[in-house]
This record gives sequence, C-alpha cells and structure tokens, in this order.
Amino acid sequence: MVISVAAGKGGTGKTLIAVNLALSLHRSGIQTTLVDCDVEEPNAHLFLKPEISRREKVTVPIPKIDLDRCERCGECSSFCPFGALATTPTSLLIFEELCHGCGGCALVCPRDAISEEERVLGMLEEGNTGEGMGVIRGILDIGEPKASIVISAAKERMRSDEVNVVDCGPGTGCAVMTAVHGSHLCVMVTEPTPFGLHDLQMAVEMTETLGVPSLVVLNKDVPGDTLARKFCEKRGLEIALSIPFSRDIARLNARGVNLVDVDKEWMDKFLSLYQRAEEIARCGGEVR
Amino acid sequence: MRGRGKMKQLVVISGKGGTGKTTVAAALAQLIAPIVLADCDVEAPNLHLLLHPEIDKTFSIKVSRKAHIDARLCDGCDACMKRCRFGAIMDSVPRKIDEFKCEGCGVCGLVCSRGAISFFESEGAEVYAGITSYGPLVGARLAVGEEASGKVVTRVRAEAQLISLNTGLPLILVDGSPGTGCPVIASLSGADLALVVTEPSLSGLHDLERILRVAEHFSVRTIVCVNKCDIFPEMSRKIKERCRQEGIEVVAEIPFSTQVVESLHQVKPPLGAVPDEVEIPLKTLAKSLEKHMEMEILSGGN
Repeated sequence: MVISVAAGKGGTGKTLIAVNLALSLHRSGIQTTLVDCDVEEPNAHLFLKPEISRREKVTVPIPKIDLDRCERCGECSSFCPFGALATTPTSLLIFEELCHGCGGCALVCPRDAISEEERVLGMLEEGNTGEGMGVIRGILDIGEPKASIVISAAKERMRSDEVNVVDCGPGTGCAVMTAVHGSHLCVMVTEPTPFGLHDLQMAVEMTETLGVPSLVVLNKDVPGDTLARKFCEKRGLEIALSIPFSRDIARLNARGVNLVDVDKEWMDKFLSLYQRAEEIARCGGEVR
Repeated sequence: MRGRGKMKQLVVISGKGGTGKTTVAAALAQLIAPIVLADCDVEAPNLHLLLHPEIDKTFSIKVSRKAHIDARLCDGCDACMKRCRFGAIMDSVPRKIDEFKCEGCGVCGLVCSRGAISFFESEGAEVYAGITSYGPLVGARLAVGEEASGKVVTRVRAEAQLISLNTGLPLILVDGSPGTGCPVIASLSGADLALVVTEPSLSGLHDLERILRVAEHFSVRTIVCVNKCDIFPEMSRKIKERCRQEGIEVVAEIPFSTQVVESLHQVKPPLGAVPDEVEIPLKTLAKSLEKHMEMEILSGGN
C-alpha cells in the first residue's frame, strides 16, 4: 500500500501529516516505512531521527566522448532534445546538468565515439527510527535540477508488503507527479487561506489526471464554512481530518516535536485517517 | 520606482515552503511601486491573489514534447521498451506511451523499425500579464501534467524583462518557488540579488542551509529575512548566528501576527492591514534593498 502526502502549496504541513500518520501506523503494529520524496528539502528525518544503515549514490548515465574517434559530425548534438551537447569545429561540449541520461547520443553516433559514465546527482538513505520504523530518504544534490530521478530511485526501494507513506514536495509539477504517480491514495494537505485553496485546486487536477484517488486534510483549520470546505464539498472531496490553527502546534512543530508524542488522541485521529484511506484505496476511489 | 537605470532582478526564495515568500513579495511591491512583478512559482502561483492584476494578455506556450505510438503501425515488438530508460513504454500490444513518464528524448522513435512513433508538443503553460496597482505583473500557470516548470519560469522572466524594457521600470521582483530544484534554479540564475525568506523552525534552518548553498553555487548574492521570528526565538538566534558565520546579512525580522493571516484571508496585500510591529520590519527590508541592489528604490513617502 502506498499513500502519498501532497499539497500544492508549501508549508501547509505535509511532513507533519506524513510523519504522524506513519508513526501512528507503526505504533499500532502495521509495518510502515516513511519515504521522504521531498528530495529538494527532505525534512522528515528531523522529526524521526532515524539511524541510517545504508547510503547509496543516485546516478544518471551521461555521455563520455572519445575525442580521437569523434569527427564532430554533429549527429549527437542535433539529436539531443535537452541541449546537453554542442558540437564545435574542434570539440564536443557536454553540459552535464542538462543531460537526462536517455542514451540517444550513443545510439546515433556513427563512429561509436560515445560511451557512458555515471554522474552523481543525489543520495539515498535507508534506516530505522529508534522504535524500528523504516525510513527512506532521497536527497538531491545542491545545484542539481532533476529531482525526479532521485524520487524514482527512492520509490524503487519501497516494499509492497508494507504501508509506504510518501512525503512529497510542494508544487504540482514533474517532481510531485513522479512522487504521487502509482500511489493507491493521495492525502492532500491544505490550509484554509486563499493560497491554500488555489493550490489545492491545482493539486486536485493533478491527482485526477494521474488517476489517484484522494482525501483532504485541513491543517491550520478555522471554524466555520470556509472556502476550502465549500470547495471540498462541491468537488466531492472528503475531509478526513482537521487540525486546528494553533500557535501551540506551530511551536511544537518548529521544535521537531510530533503530535502523536504529545497527545495520544492524535494517534486515534491519524488511524481513522488511515482507515478511510484504506477503504477508498481498496475500492479504487469509487466508494466515498 | 521609475528611472532609466540598468535592469535589475531581485528574486524571493525560501527553500522551505510556506515561510511567507509571497506575502513579503506583495509588501515589497506596495513599498517599491511601481515595479515589475514576476510570479515564477508556476506550480502554485499565488501573487495574483493578493495583488489583483487586471489581466490584459494571455497566451499558451509549449515547452516539452512527448512520444506517441501509432497503434496501426506498431507490431508490438519490444525495441522501444528495451531502450526507453524512463519506463515510459507500457507493456501492451500495441505499445502505448505513459505520458507522465515520457521525457520526450526521442530514443524510441530512433529504434522503432516500423516508423510508428511520432512526437508532439504538449500543452505547457498559460502565461498571463496584467496591471496591478503596484505595477505590471506577469505569471504563468503550469498545465496539469506538465513537466518543464523550469522552462516556463525562464519564459516568465523573459516576459518580465521585456516589460521592464518597455516601461522603463528597472527593478523586477521575482516571486520564486520553494525547493532547490529545476524551477528554483530557473528563477535564481542570473538574478542580481536573492532574498531568502525563512522561518525559525528545525525545517526552516535545514532548508535555509540548502538554499544558501544553491545561491552560492549559482553565484547570486544573498540576504535573509526571518519571518515569524518569535515562534521559536532560540531558533531565530541560531539562524542569525549561522548567517553571520556565512557573512550573510539578516536584513529584517518579522514577528508572527494573526493579522497577517487575516489579511491573506481577505486577499489583501499586507501593508495597511497589518500592525506596526509587522509593517516596520517590512519597511526596513525594503530600505535595505537600496544598499544591496545598489539602486534608488523607495520614492518619497515610504
């Protein structure tokens, strides 16, 4: 089972929800791994303090040119749709950050002058928390644009016999889509500000396009018939959990303290969130 | 601010999301007006919600391509599947493309012996431009399922530069996106100054350290503003200490105020709706930009 936690807007509390959901499941005896796919700013470890038992580099294959064989014919650079190669009269230049690692340049080279070498663009960490919950973390190297490759690598480590809670980054673009793609359910975390609502709308369009059923968590929630509630009602989105707007919760969160460690009541709330997630995922999102 | 100076670009970024980039950007727009505004958080653009532009121009741009397999020509061989490194060819007969995974590299087209694969430009984004009370605003909304947010950001910035040239407004304020990846790099590269809006939390500090290194990597000068500085005073001190060690100036500290949240609910830009203890550091911030951008920024009255 894979549950992704996404938002659209940043700072709505994705990591808060993902971490507390995962801890609640683990503590109730369900094998759980938190998969931190916010690889540009992975933060879940600040709240879980896992002991890392395995580190591995994430790499992408990039072309390596044999300049003795290369005749600067330009076949490779005119093929590369990412602009990662440029042919000059005397040389062939590689712009490594732009290379997606598709291998096309090596295929089109008539002189067999292109081989490949691995370039590191991130890191995978795997480990366990003190209480034995699994943690997988993808980290994108500084200055690297392509988060998706690290996200995919982290997701490949998920085990199908566990519940995997995937903490996604903010936004609705390719990094987030890679993180949400293939999950059984997406928990969308929003806040009842107009910003939160606007970005929730974009996130809903994204999950619908991906065909992933979703549930909503309202964080920093305020009483009354807010626009966020109205929107959820109109779109048939179930609000499975509401966390009130509270300076105290903000203070705890800023210090890395988890809700479920402060008040046991939260664990029940997160478990009922999971129950709804499981019911919806099992029915493929059809039954609400 | 109006003048004939050289065009300069200030980008507001944060690393962590939700620290208050857009709120700070809106306040700066109010203080510096008239100014060119570029909302480069194309995956979750919000600046228009506070500044209410009257949109007078929209156009769509196509920035990425996808493969398409002609079912009539495909004989179900697995040449494309074997070569695709993105897992974008589905195991069906005839083969189909998983558009979310397809990067448009063209390798499948290269190896298909039946000529069944063609490429098309996908939707991209809708770019919009308009006028706010504080100056022209340009932004974009990424189409659902679109990948190339970095390219869209680059396009928005180019559009903002054109507006700057045409209007003689030399300063462009770029509202960036959270993170450190593709869209952030596209917002940051070539900017004259990065203003990092951070917040005093464990995540805030962690992400601040990463984004400072990104700015350094791309050789963009950086200043920092600590928002909601009183939610965790000890962490605020830590952040300031860290910045001091790195030789980065903390130009303003803004306290948390429920009235800021309230002004967001009312979709109003902050100044005029928030208390003095918030307004004063925002003005200090705007003032400090004069020194850091090396240009006259504030007109009289502010």
